[in-house]
Amino acid sequence: MSYYFTILSPTDAPLFNIAFGTSKSGGDGIARFRFPDTAQYMNQFIIHSSLDIVEEAQWMNGNMYLKHIDTYPPAQAYISAFLTPSGARFLLLHQPPQLPSSTSSSGGNTGSSSLLGSSFSASALGGGSSGRASSSSIAANPTAPQTEEAVRQFMNEVYENYVKTVMSPFYRVGLEIKSPVFRARVTAAGRKWL
Amino acid sequence: MAHPRHGSMLSFGGGPNDTATAEKPPFQNAPVPTASQSSPGLRVPSNRKTIYDRHLNRSRNAELSRASFAFLFSEMVTYAQRRVTGIQDLERRLNEQGYPLGLRLLDLLFYRTIAGSSSSSSSASALSTSSSTTSSPPNRPLRILPLLHLIHGPLWRLLFNRPADALEHSVSPDTPNEYMITDNDPMVNTYISVPREMSMLNCAAFVAGIIEGVCDGCGFEAKVSAHNQPSEMWPGRTVFLLRFGESVMEREKVLEKAGVK
Repeated sequence: MSYYFTILSPTDAPLFNIAFGTSKSGGDGIARFRFPDTAQYMNQFIIHSSLDIVEEAQWMNGNMYLKHIDTYPPAQAYISAFLTPSGARFLLLHQPPQLPSSTSSSGGNTGSSSLLGSSFSASALGGGSSGRASSSSIAANPTAPQTEEAVRQFMNEVYENYVKTVMSPFYRVGLEIKSPVFRARVTAAGRKWL
Repeated sequence: MAHPRHGSMLSFGGGPNDTATAEKPPFQNAPVPTASQSSPGLRVPSNRKTIYDRHLNRSRNAELSRASFAFLFSEMVTYAQRRVTGIQDLERRLNEQGYPLGLRLLDLLFYRTIAGSSSSSSSASALSTSSSTTSSPPNRPLRILPLLHLIHGPLWRLLFNRPADALEHSVSPDTPNEYMITDNDPMVNTYISVPREMSMLNCAAFVAGIIEGVCDGCGFEAKVSAHNQPSEMWPGRTVFLLRFGESVMEREKVLEKAGVK
């Protein structure tokens, strides 16, 4: 499972972003998206395109964690959103590892993902992915309740650190979050929950 | 600016020698401040604790000394007063000083309700107006009324340790977007003596700014002002007038139709 996490200000300015991979079930915490290295902007593109849905859901549901709100089928990318009361949006894109085509039963999406850099993902994930594909793991089931719960925990932990950032007298709302400590904290939260 | 070449790094407002800043100190030694060199340039306090290591609930029940607040607030008023031309301008400045505070308090308030709802009993009542069960996290206010309850109850309790005294809706049909929150004896005005010729001035404009920040943060564009309305029993009674913007009222109608509470 690969993750791309972004914090956007209420006016859609990106404040923070980080890409990481799963550390569960033997993952090494390195993101391996299915896009070729030259197309990493795809993550940002997909995440930002889900903002319309966030803004619709925002007024229908008063929860802070809006759960999984959007899917981008060509890349099998799932997007979960969390809204702080002050309007910052936390968006997490997650993309399950590509299964070797022999073990995959859901044929529809695996075919299309080859458009987006098959050479990269096939070589990178060849061995380890079969171990991660058990039905109970978070990686296999991006919309399962366990995944939602794990993402919620992750979001809450990031929210705690975000509040600490915002409370800093040297931070103004809308500034980019540059603190390396914050980045380390988010990485740690990702390792813990995702 | 002592180090002009690091001008962009100093924009947080911390001076280069300010050791009290736990977070994001300027990169003094890095000749070219790039992202990859950020961690060697990070300076942490001698006890190795950054603001991220401190628990946000640590000061939840702590109270600020009223004397030191009164001193700081009087300095803020004096500072603002020296730079303005009239009462309205002065109130605008106080409002602007309160606004960023409101944005922050909003996040802190919600964080404390999440983190405290499971452990501490004193917090159970903190957001009771906006959340029915204490175990679930509070909801973001979507309509005007929950927002006003949030300000009237939890926000006032966080700031002044008691709820505000009244919450009213404008009775005039011309101004359905006006709401009023009353405080019989605003804490911020306790030690402020307003000269006779400035009797219109109400320094609770600072609190009005905080309210405005909370409203704006929640996505309710509003203008908030503080007005003197003395009564016989409460000579310092202050009414905070909230005027919500056009867009908020439109959305309110749409949400009402959709049945959102």
